[in-house]
This record gives sequence, C-alpha cells and structure tokens, in this order.
Amino acid sequence: MTPASTKPKIPGTVIFDGDQARKGYALNRMCYSFNDAANRAEFVRDEDAYCTRYGLDAPQREAIRQRNVLALIAAGGNAYYLAKFAGIFGLDMQDIGAQQTGLTREQFQAKLLAAAHS
Amino acid sequence: MAKIVGGITTSHVPAIGRAIARNLQGDPYWKPFFDGFPPVRQWLADVKPDVAVVVYNDHGLNFFLDKMPTFAIGAAAEYRNADEGWGIPEVPPFQGDLDLSWHLIESLVDDEFDLTTCQEMKVDHAFTLPMALLWPDQQWPVRTVPVCINTVQAPIPSARRCWKLGEAIGRAVESFGSDERVVIIGTGGLSHQLDGERAGFINKDFDQKFMASLADDPTWATQFSTHELVEKTGTQGIELLMWLTTRAALPGRVRTLHSNYHIPISNTASGLMLFENL
Repeated sequence: MTPASTKPKIPGTVIFDGDQARKGYALNRMCYSFNDAANRAEFVRDEDAYCTRYGLDAPQREAIRQRNVLALIAAGGNAYYLAKFAGIFGLDMQDIGAQQTGLTREQFQAKLLAAAHS
Repeated sequence: MAKIVGGITTSHVPAIGRAIARNLQGDPYWKPFFDGFPPVRQWLADVKPDVAVVVYNDHGLNFFLDKMPTFAIGAAAEYRNADEGWGIPEVPPFQGDLDLSWHLIESLVDDEFDLTTCQEMKVDHAFTLPMALLWPDQQWPVRTVPVCINTVQAPIPSARRCWKLGEAIGRAVESFGSDERVVIIGTGGLSHQLDGERAGFINKDFDQKFMASLADDPTWATQFSTHELVEKTGTQGIELLMWLTTRAALPGRVRTLHSNYHIPISNTASGLMLFENL
C-alpha cells in the first residue's frame, strides 16, 4: 500500500495515487492516445481491436464497454484521461457528473447552482 | 533587475474555451464569470508587463504517467497548444523567453528545487484559457515562461512546498539582470471535483476563506496537507496550489486590486484575483 491509501477515506472520492496509477496504466495510456483525433476515429471504428492493442484487463474492458465512469475509476482510470474518452461521445463534465451521482443532467446542474447559496 | 509588477489568479476550466468559441460572454450563465475580467485587462493595459510566468497544471497533454514531473518549467522559444481530446480551437502560439527561462532554471535549482526542464512543451487549456481571458484578442503582448505543477497523480507537492517554490520564483525573477516587467499568473481552482460519487462538490466557505487569506495571511492554506485540501476543496480543487505559488512569488506586501467569485462555471467554483505589489 502507498501512504495515500492509509490516509482517512474521503467519501465518494478515489485518490489517484500509486496504487491507482499502477492498476490503471493501460487504461489511462489508451485514454491519453485520444488526444489525437485519428486515434479517436480508430477507437470508434473497431473498439475491441483498439482496447486489445492497449492491453486493457477484463474490468477495464467492461467499464469501457459500459461507458461507466465509476467502474472506470475503480479500474484505475484517472479523471483527466477519462475526460478524453468522454470527449469521443461529446459528453461534458455535467454529463459525467450526472452519471456518477445517479442524477439527471438537469438535477446535477441544479445541485451545482445550489452550491452558490450554501 | 527585472521587476514583478503583480499577480493574477484565475480558474481555467475547458468549458470557458467553448463559451469563448461560441461568443457566450454575455449569456446569463456566463456573464457573472466573464464580467470579472475587464478590470484586470485594464490593469494589464496600464502596467504593460513584458513577460508572464504562468503557473499551471497539465491535464494530460504534455505529460503522461510514463514520466510525471512534480515541477516542470518551459525553456522553449515558442509554446503551442493542441487537441486535448475534445477539439478545443487552437490559439496563436505563445512566444517564450529563453533567457528568463534559463535564469529561472539556474536560480531555482540552486535554491534546491529539482526541476524538469522542457525545451519542447505543449501547453493545455490551463495555460491557454487564462491567457485568452486576459488578452481576448489573442495577440499576446507578453513573452511567457510556463511552470507546471503535478496535480494528476498523488503524491502531489504540499502547499508548504508550493509556497516555497513561489518564493523562489519571486527571488529568481527579481535577480534577473534585465529591466523586464513580469506578471505572475496562477491558474486553476477553486473548489471542484469531477470524479467519483462526490462529483459536483463545491465548498464556498473554504474558497472564500482562502481568497481572503491571500491578501493578509497568505500562508494560511499551508497548514493543510494535500489530502486535507482535497477533502476540503475536491479532487481538482487542489489546483489552488497554483494560486498559492503565485501569491508567494510576489515579494513583500501586496494590495488586492480586484476579486471575483462565482458558482458555478461547469462543475467549478470560479475565482479571479489581482494583486499588485506595494
């Protein structure tokens, strides 16, 4: 265990530490490749082949298949690289936030607005 | 010797780029954010800095997890942005300042900061958007030196360490043998969290305490560990480290000339501050 994993747990939060960086390397490396539009097109053209080329493990492959952000994080995904994966589908941070919190996009936006009056 | 004329700290979320591209500055959602900037632009027009040292965090454009420097500094003649995965419009290239870059490198390493030096460096939205907010015509009137702090992968440098880095940057700039006028720009924050069940977390109370502290009690936030700062400000709220570094680079006492805070832009509590050296 890295020192970070011995620190008090922050609810609803995964710290991207050494443990996560080791677990998620292949997944994050694939997502990093999506900086390049040609690679995004290649992923869309043949998702299976693309994931195989980057050596994703079974949980990572399944989380990509499901477009499930919480599962991607559990599989070692880092928010900044996952944002590039989301970009393929034209999803923004409100879509991602809504999915992770089980809210509709409108409910998630309302939650953000409410923070102004807290 | 070169002179630090002041410091500017601002948020940098990618959605700002989309709002600029779509000319949404006057849109009711965006107006309270963009309306913060004219006084800062006026100050820049009056003060006319020659160089901007831009303290920011890369989000996976220039650096990947294969090599992740804690502190990196640009030493390039020119910096460009590039597609980060969602097709942000490209902006004109930024001119570097090689002499100041290498002076900073010499001075900071001598000051025991073991930097990664980059003769090629792509700059992402955390660098380009604040520049576009400060100079909306994108005819950059300043040369630039990018300073990048790791906030991607823990362990992230402590607030205490970033404060010391900022102090060292301030000493380095003011020992540079030229008559350049330098503005320090720090980008990121304030409270926000993109990932996990706590996505959408914002902490207005902490943000406002932090902003107030920068004027008169600027080391206040250095009492917290990075883990505590993530707990209080969100996984990406830790970007306040760029604000601390910037504030620490300003030698002596400062006056807060302008400040703006607005919730939300995208998932983020946005902040803007302008400090001038007394």
